[in-house]
Amino acid sequence: MPLFYGTEIRSRLLLGTARYSSPAVLAEAVRRSRTDVVTVSLRRETAGGRQGGAFFELIRELGVRVLPNTAGCHSVAEAVLTAKMARDVFETDWIKLEVIGHQDTLQPDVFGLVEGARILTGEGFEVFPYTTDDLVVAERLLEAGCKVLMPWCAPIGSAMGPQNMQGLRAMRAEFPDVPLIVDAGIGRPSHATTVMELGYDAVLLNTAVAGAADPAAMAEAFAMAIDAGYAAHGAGMLEPRDMAVPSTPVIGKAVFS
Amino acid sequence: MRVLIRGAGVAGLTAAHELLARGAEVTVIENAEGFGRAASWYAGGMLAPWCERESAEEAVLTRGIGAADWWEAALPAGSVHRNGTLVVAQPRDGAELRRFAARTSGFRWLNAEEIEALEPALAGRFRQALFFPDEAHLDPRRALSALRQRLAARGVTFVAEEPDGRGAVLTVDCTGAARIGGIDGLRGVRGEMLYLETDEVSLSRPVRMLHPRIPLYIVPRNGGLFMCGATMIESDDAGPITTRSLMELLNAAYAIHPAFAEARLVETGTGVRPAFADNLPRAVRRESTITVNGLYRHGFLLSPAMAGDVAALALGEEIPRGDVL
Repeated sequence: MPLFYGTEIRSRLLLGTARYSSPAVLAEAVRRSRTDVVTVSLRRETAGGRQGGAFFELIRELGVRVLPNTAGCHSVAEAVLTAKMARDVFETDWIKLEVIGHQDTLQPDVFGLVEGARILTGEGFEVFPYTTDDLVVAERLLEAGCKVLMPWCAPIGSAMGPQNMQGLRAMRAEFPDVPLIVDAGIGRPSHATTVMELGYDAVLLNTAVAGAADPAAMAEAFAMAIDAGYAAHGAGMLEPRDMAVPSTPVIGKAVFS
Repeated sequence: MRVLIRGAGVAGLTAAHELLARGAEVTVIENAEGFGRAASWYAGGMLAPWCERESAEEAVLTRGIGAADWWEAALPAGSVHRNGTLVVAQPRDGAELRRFAARTSGFRWLNAEEIEALEPALAGRFRQALFFPDEAHLDPRRALSALRQRLAARGVTFVAEEPDGRGAVLTVDCTGAARIGGIDGLRGVRGEMLYLETDEVSLSRPVRMLHPRIPLYIVPRNGGLFMCGATMIESDDAGPITTRSLMELLNAAYAIHPAFAEARLVETGTGVRPAFADNLPRAVRRESTITVNGLYRHGFLLSPAMAGDVAALALGEEIPRGDVL
């Protein structure tokens, strides 16, 4: 099982907690997904509530690890502030760092991301950066102290699935020893299988499950799909070829036609 | 039977109405500051069980269907507008419209001409829409005031302070979000809204605009007023609207019709919706206290049904559904 900052987790599926129709639906999806890590976005109003966030209490009761995120932050300062608030609320050094650079595609601002990662690592955070599949940015994030990388495969919530297979493949090849999590853009279980077959360590999802007609059933489907992709990668898949290869030998048959 | 109802928001007033109809002698404790602290004061007032089904359990549809009739009977004539609901999306968010359609029923697809026929102000703005013809809407503030007035005229006593303990045989707790922290599992979901005023746009029914991140609705009120809401934030913070929420709500209003850019922003408000984990309300009786809470974003839609449950519990009847809805 993958190690994130020295912590071994029991599932290769990380699940987001936003946009479920109710906390009860979320809880059932978490259970059926068999996930070990959920991401939670912290809004300042939420943190400022009288009860310190009844929603966070519900999250804690799920009994899984929490990876707080800085979703929706458009600047380094905002992301750093949110990270610090998240550390107080959830008592964890883990932070999924998201610095959004483009309003419509929610593309990460990779320059801000590297800067934010450097600042947060310096303050003892264990940063999970939401990044693109750019190898140079990935290198800079590792230099900034990140020990996990989370490339997108398509824009957040787009459900488009892997848009740049070569980019994802190159990233895996370039960083064989860094835990890599595909984060964002997955729409269907087959997308998750596809990226796991490339040798990725885990997949992070939210909308694909939360937006499904039956989120709990979809969570289970993703769990199986991710297991399948991981097992297939380990089992060694065939390379595609141009010509048919008969599965039964033809030599020895009475007539060659 | 003498009943003391705590809370004069939508849950308390509908409960008073049902208990009065069953012959109870009803006293309601209301907030001295008026309705302003009840979540229902900031509600959209949409009686939209088919639309709500998109993200709510089936019970919200089955128990919400009768709400428009209930309000029509309880309020002065003309209070309930049965003009349906229009659901639109920007062309690039067409997938959201199809997703919404897949999760709901009781609608038909409209093309641009049909949208124009229904809402002339939206001519040329949207190529397709969903129309839910059987839905209705009302003005929550007028509805609360009118219902309170009717109840008072029929003998319900309204008091600002707790009367001395003797007398009431039954207490009904309808204090909503004030019980967060006191009722197990009850949480707050913050909703921010605003009122726009303009005579340049005229709408006959609520318009919901779908958006992957910021869905929004506009409900027309009398006198050129439009209620525009509402955010859904997991928090019981009732503080003023944030800049971000204000910006998002105004952006969406502008996207529905550019004339809203010239509208006056006459009010912003924040309400805290009380909700349980499944976002469904509950009515529970413990000895001589009935508690109804968790109406979430369905106060006007589900309080008539919940008031029926409260009355049944008051008369010692079992609720067939148990304590959930």
